[in-house]
Formats: sequence, structure tokens, C-alpha cells
Amino acid sequence: MAIEIKMPALSPTMTTGTLAKWLVGEGDRVNSGDVIAEIETDKATMEVESVDDGVMAKIFVDAGTENVAVGAVIAVLAEDGETASDVAKAGLQEPSSPVPVTSVAAEAQERAEPAPVTAAPVKAVPAPQSKSSDKPRIFASPLARRIAADRNIALEGITGSGPYGRILRRDVESASTAPIAQTTAALAGATQQGDSYLVANSQMRKAIASRLQDSKQQAPHFYLTVDCVIDNLLEARKSLNAKAAEGIKISVNDMIIRAAAMALIAVPEANASWEGENTRLFRHADIAMAVAIDGGLITPIVWAAEQKGLAALSQVTADLAARARDGKLAANEYTGGSFTISNLGMFGIREFAAVINPPHGGILAVGAGEQRPIVIDGNLAVATVMSVTLSADHRAVDGAVGARWLQAFKGFVENPVTMLL
Amino acid sequence: MTDTQFDIAVIGGGPGGYVAAIRAAQLGLKPVVIERENLGGICLNWGCIPTKALLRAAELRHSIDEMADFGITVGEVKVDLAAVVKRSRKVAGRLSMGVKHLLKKNKVTVIAAEAKLGAAKGGLRQINLSNGDMVSAKHVIIATGARARALPNIEADGKTILTYREAMVPETMPESLIIVGSGAIGSEFASFYHDMGVKVTLVEALDRILPVEDEDVSAFVQKSFEKRGITIMTGVKLQAVTSDANGVQASIEGQDKPLQASRMILAVGITGNTENLGLEATKIKVDRGHIVTDQWGATGEAGIYAIGDVTGPPWLAHKASHEGIICVEKITGQKDVHAIGAGAVPGCTYCRPQVASVGMTEAAAKQAGHDLKIGQFPFAGNGKAIALGDDGGFVKTIFDAKTGELLGAHMVGPEVTELIQGYAIARTLEATEAELMATIFPHPTLSEAMHESVLDAYDRAIHF
Repeated sequence: MAIEIKMPALSPTMTTGTLAKWLVGEGDRVNSGDVIAEIETDKATMEVESVDDGVMAKIFVDAGTENVAVGAVIAVLAEDGETASDVAKAGLQEPSSPVPVTSVAAEAQERAEPAPVTAAPVKAVPAPQSKSSDKPRIFASPLARRIAADRNIALEGITGSGPYGRILRRDVESASTAPIAQTTAALAGATQQGDSYLVANSQMRKAIASRLQDSKQQAPHFYLTVDCVIDNLLEARKSLNAKAAEGIKISVNDMIIRAAAMALIAVPEANASWEGENTRLFRHADIAMAVAIDGGLITPIVWAAEQKGLAALSQVTADLAARARDGKLAANEYTGGSFTISNLGMFGIREFAAVINPPHGGILAVGAGEQRPIVIDGNLAVATVMSVTLSADHRAVDGAVGARWLQAFKGFVENPVTMLL
Repeated sequence: MTDTQFDIAVIGGGPGGYVAAIRAAQLGLKPVVIERENLGGICLNWGCIPTKALLRAAELRHSIDEMADFGITVGEVKVDLAAVVKRSRKVAGRLSMGVKHLLKKNKVTVIAAEAKLGAAKGGLRQINLSNGDMVSAKHVIIATGARARALPNIEADGKTILTYREAMVPETMPESLIIVGSGAIGSEFASFYHDMGVKVTLVEALDRILPVEDEDVSAFVQKSFEKRGITIMTGVKLQAVTSDANGVQASIEGQDKPLQASRMILAVGITGNTENLGLEATKIKVDRGHIVTDQWGATGEAGIYAIGDVTGPPWLAHKASHEGIICVEKITGQKDVHAIGAGAVPGCTYCRPQVASVGMTEAAAKQAGHDLKIGQFPFAGNGKAIALGDDGGFVKTIFDAKTGELLGAHMVGPEVTELIQGYAIARTLEATEAELMATIFPHPTLSEAMHESVLDAYDRAIHF
């Protein structure tokens, strides 16, 4: 019997994904555990392993196809004893369940072939230019391609004016008049008005857009800001690092995560997520940390952060951040959690309000630690102060709860000895 | 006349007008062509086609001289001029009939008359015809073409001083001939008359012959003409020309002795047929003998368009046809209609050696500020050319060093007029040097020289 390979769900929330790359071709031998494809979800690129032995008989979904529905048949394996042609002869048809395809190139292809749309939608995906190509084909003239490459313009965002929407030189030039603008500006002494160009949105960009838009529209945000004096924390960090084992370097951020974790345990009502009929209350402090990566951001999770000492926490956060930047996180490493920390202190931001990362109940926006004048017992003094702002989902967390949580957080940060217990 | 109301009226049935009318019919419109003389216009009756028939006769005559090289002995050679001209007229006549059939097949009404624009009434333009009738149309395309331009101090009398029109139907061959103007028309006549045994002097006001072509091409053709025995004078300003029964005398600025010859052909450009069209009562602008239009053929007067030679240079039939098509497509609101881009019109001259080009010359490309990669390959390195016994000439290609765009291609030599479309297609498809290099050119053909020229631009020529 032929074995169908279906589009896997790599995270609980995943409904579609991009089939980024096939690592085996038709006719290739596949053993159980072999990586056969790479799938790009809204967060990361994942590897798909085969659970069976066999020979890759037929690939239905070309590399580069976007929005492949979870569960759609993407390929079929011939079992031991069968040949690929047996499978084909057995009359195994391409999946009839429509796999939505909305790539830019696919639209171009539709324009190119206005004829019958009855063919299986999978077919509508243009063949990659070569076996190793992992992008859908874009119809563009060689000259247009070269000029676009030279000017670093993405062809994906350009509408072609040539026959059947083929992208020509003039289209690339009008998409980016920047180099031309330079010369005309030099001549005319003025910059060109409306100078812009298009960049195709990545899966990640679209995910960020849709999730954060949902969050702002559905979760009633409220914001609480508090100033924390962190001189003690900095001092504690210094002495901890001085005594820490080789290779361990505890960051201020690690200590903030630790403090937030302890605060979530101390004020458990704040460790909540709104689920409509119910509110989910978490037993652990599963804290997501926002990591800026090329083209967007990702929020890997430190699970049960309250159970991790600062040394362990430091290793976990360093590893997550590094793998996040390489796009090598597994889906379960960034899916879930109850709370987020976003730190823009390194950019010198004094304070800001962050958008809640659903389904979390809150997000803490951390500003820069800076020396500020403060008043202690009627006397002016200088202290290192860090402003933090909690954005909370009012459906799950009330104002007083949020305030108590922030109070606890401030307590741990200002008296770091208490959070080391 | 039963039908007097049309969607589109085309004034002039040349290669611009009749093609526009057929395209209009294809798009479901009701067109009429109003032609005062012959369908097919100058191109077909007094230009492109009959001259090619004459040049073919001259070429055959020339090749007889080379028969011995091929091991063929030929007896006494006689040229019957009347028969040569008669064949040329027959070719033109056959094609004019062909156009008539094409228009009939496409249900295009044809009216034999002169046309004059009348008033605009209710979205229709009235056109008064020389036969006394009147028609009206929603859109009018002026495609009246052009005629030989005269020089202020020289009048063509049609007997001793000729324009292309008389030069095409000679009753006798003159002993000697001065041709004024060395563009495509002048150079073709120089080649034809010389091959027919006439002593030819080609006179050009600019500093080189075929002045619109690449300088290397001009130089090669000049050398080739001179080798054959054609006298060439460049940078020459004619002062006065007198003619009598013995021939013409042309005095030249800075020279004491006047040029003398039995006849003279004036080939100094053409001027648009803008007269007696009723343009004066419209907002249509005429500038230096040509109707001013935008890139789609629209004139200053709503609903009136102009295409082809009457709108200005390059005066080429294929440009007129293409303009006719895009003008009609624009009128009918077709999608993806694009105006003719700069350097998109190939030019061909059918003298011996033939000349063909598309895009920018080297000088123009340099002036436009491009960094260039230039390739040149001689037909002397091409097996097919050598086998044909016709290995003079070369193929020159000009690329933008940065983008690989084929900025221009210039060819001189055997059958290059048939080859140039390869480069024209490459330019339309926006191919770069990479695609041209990666294309397999069949062996043995003249086209291999096109490939080698591209390779040479990147120092990769194999056979040179």
C-alpha cells in the first residue's frame, strides 16, 4: 500500500504552512527518521521526518507553495516491495481536497493561463525553475531580474506590465526609482515625491500582523507603569557573575525574567489567559521572551521559569535567543506560555507599552536602566532607575491584580536577595 | 454609396493605414480606408517593394560577374532595362492586389478618393471626399504618408533631376549619375545604378554616408562602395544645380569645378503629406512638415489621430504599421498596449552590402552615459559566408556593461536584413548577454556571426 504523507501540524495553532523545500526527490529512498522536507510556519522553519520506510513515489505540492492546509496530502511513499510506478498504476490520484494557493507567482500564472481552472489547485503552483529551487516561479525578463538584483528589489512585490503580467525592465524601474531619483535629485536639487518600493510580506510578517491586530482589537489592554531602583540588582548581578562558573554570564534580562516569574507565582491571579467561557490559570511561570530576528520577532518560552536558578535561566535564554536568530526553534519552544517580557532597554528606550502576545494575559515592557534623581526621605539622591510598563488583558486580569503583580515584581527587583530564594 | 457612417475612417491606404483598418476590423469596428491612388501606399507601389525587385535584378547581374569563381562559365550578358522595370512594376501590382483582397476579406470599406476633414457633429467627424460624397466616423486616423523633400535651390524636373519615383522607372540608363543624399534611399539607388553599369557619384552633406547608422558601418559601406567604383563625396554642400539637354551641373561650395553627370537623383529626406486635409480648421499642429502627435498617435484635435511617415522619422513602413495597430488598440481601450520604445524600430538598407541595425549606435550609447561592452565579428570568420562567396562585413553588438542589456546591434554584410530580427526579439524580450550566449545558433549559418559577436563583447569569441 502506498503511504500518504500529509502536511503536519507543527504547533497547536498551525492551520497552514509553507512547504519551503523538499530534501528528497521522486524516486529517492526514504528511511524512517529521514528528514524529507522543510516547512515554514509563521514562526520558524521546521524539518519534517518520515515515519515510514519506502521510496518517494510522487510529490504533489511543489517546494515554495504557501498556505498548504494542515492535513493535505503533500506526497506519497511507495512501501517496500512496491515501485513508484506501482503506486502510480494503482491509480492514486492527486488529492482532490483543495489546497489553497495564493502565492504571487501563482496569481501571475493564473493571468498567464486564463484557460480552465478545473485542474487540481495543486497543479496551479508553477513548477520550480530547478529541482533545488525553493521559490515559486516569477515571470520576469532577464534584464528585469538583473536590474532588480542590482538594486536589491524583490520581484515578488512588482506587478508586471508585459504580456500576461511578465515583469519588464520598466516595471522594476518604476518600482524603485531610487537610483534614478538620486541622479534627478542631484540635477534638480529636489527629492522625488512618493518614492517607494514593495517588499513581499513573509509568513512571519503576516503572522505578526494578524496576531497583534487580533490582540489589539480583542484584548482590552490597560497599562501600569512603575519605576524600579535597580542599583541593588546590578550589584547582585556583579557579585553573582564574579562567582559564577566559567561560561555563565547572568544578564539583567535574566534577572528580570526571574523576578517576573517569582511575581507570577506570588500573584497567581495575574498568571491567567482569557479563553471565553473559561479563564485559564497557570501553575508555572511560562515566560516568553521577545527576540528580534531578521524580518520580525519571535517569542521563545522559558518553561517554569520560577524553577530555574539564575545560572540555569541564563543558559536557557542564551540558547533560545541564539536558535531563534538562526530560525531553528522547534514549534513547541515558542507556542504557549502565559506571559511575555519585551526589553528595549538596550536601545535607550525609557518606557513603552507593548501589545499583548495572545493568548497571554500580560506583557511587561522593560525600559533602560538609567541614573535619575530620586527623592529619599526628603533628600535628593541619584539612583539607577528602570521603568517598566505592564500591559494586561482586562478580561483575565483586573487593574488591582495587575497593580499587585507589579508591586511584587518591583519588590523582587529592588531586593534581589528575595528572588534568589 | 450606401454606407456613409463608420467607426474609424483611415485616410491613406499605405502600410500604416491598411494595417490600422484591418486591426480595427479584427476588434469589431467598422472601418473605411480612403485612398487617393494605390492601396499599399508608397512602400508597396513606389518604395520598399519595387526597389527590392530592382535591387534583386542588379544583384543577379552582379553575381554573373562572379560566376567564374564558382566554376560556371556564362555567355554574353545582356540587360533588358524595360523588362527589369516591368518586373518591378508587376511585383508592386501583385502586392497592391493582395492588399485589396486583405481589406475585402476583413470587410473594410475602401473608397478611392481624396479626403478632407470637415466639421465634428454629434461625436462624428465629417470627411468630404473629392468625388463629392461625404462620410463620417467616430475616429479618424490620418495616414497620408510623405513624399520626397526638395532642396531650396534644386527643383526636381522628373527628367534630368529625379526623385525616387522617377528613379524607379528609368527608360534608359544614364551614363553617369549624381545621387544627392546617402540615407537608405540614396545608398540603395547608388548600389542599383552602379551594378547596372552607371558611373555613380554619391554626395552627402554630413561627414559620412548612412549617417544614422553606426560609424563603423558607415565606414565599411563607404569603403565597399569605393572599391566597387562608386565615387563618394561627404561633407559636401551643393550650391546651385543647373540642367540642360546634356545633363546636370552641380556647383559645390569650396570647389571651382562643378560636378557633371547625365542625371541626378534627389534623396535628401521626405516631408509629410499634410496639405489639403483640412487641418487648418482643427487644433492639429504641424511642425516642419509633420503632424504632431503623442506616443499613441493622438493629435491636438479630439478624435483625430495620425500615424506613420506623416508624423515624422524614422520613415519606415514597419514603424507605420505598428503605430497603426497600437493607435487602434488604444482607441478601443485594449489592455497592455505599449507605445513604441526608444530604439525598438529596426532599420534596414538593401544596398550591397546590406545594412541592418536596431537600438543605439556606439556613439549614442556612450553619449547616454552607459559603460559599454562591445563585440564585433567579421563574416570573414563565418563558414557559411565564405561558402556563399560573400564574406564582407561584420556584426557589432553593444551591451551595457552593468546590466547586460543589448543596447544596440549593427550589421553589414550578406542577408543581414533577414538576420536583424533575432536581435530585435532579444531586445523585446529583454534578453541579456547571458541568454544570447546560452542560445544555440545553427551551423553553418550566417547567424553564427551574431552569436560570436555577443561572445566577443565578453572576450569569448571562439572563431576569431
